[in-house]
Amino acid sequence: MNGNWSWDTFSEAFPIVLEGIWITIGLTIACYLFALIFGFVWTFLRRVPFKPFNWVVTWVMEFIRSTPPLVQLFFIFYAWPMVPVVGMALDPFTSAVLGLGIHFSTYIGEVYRSGIDGVDKGQWEASTALNFSTRQKWMKIILPQAIPPTIPMLGNYLIIMFKEVPLASTIGVVGILHMANSYGAQHWAYLEPLTIVAILFLILSYPSAILIKKLEIKMNTRFDKKAVLNGSSKGAVS
Amino acid sequence: MSEPIVKFQDVHKSFGDVKVLKGIDLEIKPAEKVAVIGPSGSGKTTIIRMLMTLEEPTAGDIIVGDQNLWKMEKNGNMIEANDKHLREIRGDIGMVFQHFNLFPHMTILENCMTAPIHVKKESKESARKHSIEMLEKVGLGDKLDNYPSQLSGGQKQRVAMARALVMRPKVMLFDEVTSALDPELVGEVLEVIRDIAKDGEMAMILVTHEMDFALDVADKVLFLDEGVIAEQGTASDVIEHSKNERLQSFLKRFRS
Repeated sequence: MNGNWSWDTFSEAFPIVLEGIWITIGLTIACYLFALIFGFVWTFLRRVPFKPFNWVVTWVMEFIRSTPPLVQLFFIFYAWPMVPVVGMALDPFTSAVLGLGIHFSTYIGEVYRSGIDGVDKGQWEASTALNFSTRQKWMKIILPQAIPPTIPMLGNYLIIMFKEVPLASTIGVVGILHMANSYGAQHWAYLEPLTIVAILFLILSYPSAILIKKLEIKMNTRFDKKAVLNGSSKGAVS
Repeated sequence: MSEPIVKFQDVHKSFGDVKVLKGIDLEIKPAEKVAVIGPSGSGKTTIIRMLMTLEEPTAGDIIVGDQNLWKMEKNGNMIEANDKHLREIRGDIGMVFQHFNLFPHMTILENCMTAPIHVKKESKESARKHSIEMLEKVGLGDKLDNYPSQLSGGQKQRVAMARALVMRPKVMLFDEVTSALDPELVGEVLEVIRDIAKDGEMAMILVTHEMDFALDVADKVLFLDEGVIAEQGTASDVIEHSKNERLQSFLKRFRS
């Protein structure tokens, strides 16, 4: 059974590969939630008004972004247990959540930052003038404006992450790639199972991409309800 | 003579190496209407921004009521004011901005209601009632559920005034509120300010380029030039009869 496409192999491999889909999806969601939450931590740390601290945080983020996620994954899974004192052995799934989650949190943190920086300075000043507390400024005025424009970008990262999750098969997380690989090794047939993997990824990520495109259009037009009457106030941001 | 509600005592402000204000002394009485005029870059806006706590003075004292705005006492020493101290005093001051700064994610009515509800802890019903009253007063009673992006510049600025007024400040600051407007929309905004001024009790500081308007509304006019108050007095003293040459040449540019 080498070289030629066989529908028999295809239909035999399909349910086996599909078994891994829940792990793949589950890992994507777990990594993503981790990155969303940890992204807030980066954003918060970068706003601490103490320059040297900021430099350190920025440098650490840059370091994490500049090393390949695969290397980080290997480090956490293989090297971390050998680190004295703080080191510990983690199972493959947890290692993958930590590794990919931390890697992507640095990007997500940037997305949050761009959202916050995108809010006009006048909004802060108006909320000071109305005597809001710091907490109220964030919750009532700044975040409601900062978050919606970032939703399409956050969605894009979800898809990118979904496509990076097969990296976890290298440390033994049994997702669809891992299932396909082991099927291939057992039956010496890689063409069909790996084609199945590609199809499954396509089926999941393509509609998501369309959905995100739609979201983006919706976000861009969210306050322009009907005609904007004579809104010509020379670059003023209201 | 009633006690001044706002006092500036030798207030200086620098941005980096640039000295914008070089010793401002100023007293404003309750209900007094003060216009601040002067060439751009003279520090007019900085004066009211410091009073609104948007800029911290480099030196000097700003007194609101009987409290020092930017300093507070701790164990017998005067130290830099913390956020709590600023919040206590800031409640007496309101501001309208050149670029309106309405909250785009809220309707006109919500723009007005949000601070009374969350800052003053007013009930929703009473905040709503007062906000609608105020919006009717500025002529926008029919736009309550519109979003800022659906309004003209003049309408936005009137909403901004209603939003500041529902907080019932004792001092209201106007920062070149007509400068960002198309010329044909300036009149409607000035009309509302005139209306507010007539109501009395509230002190007002207007940074403005509208000389005729200043003459009409203000009890007192300050001419600010190169970081100091170069001339002050009643509107007619300053605008009509001053001998100050720089003031004369400044005014000439508006009167041609």
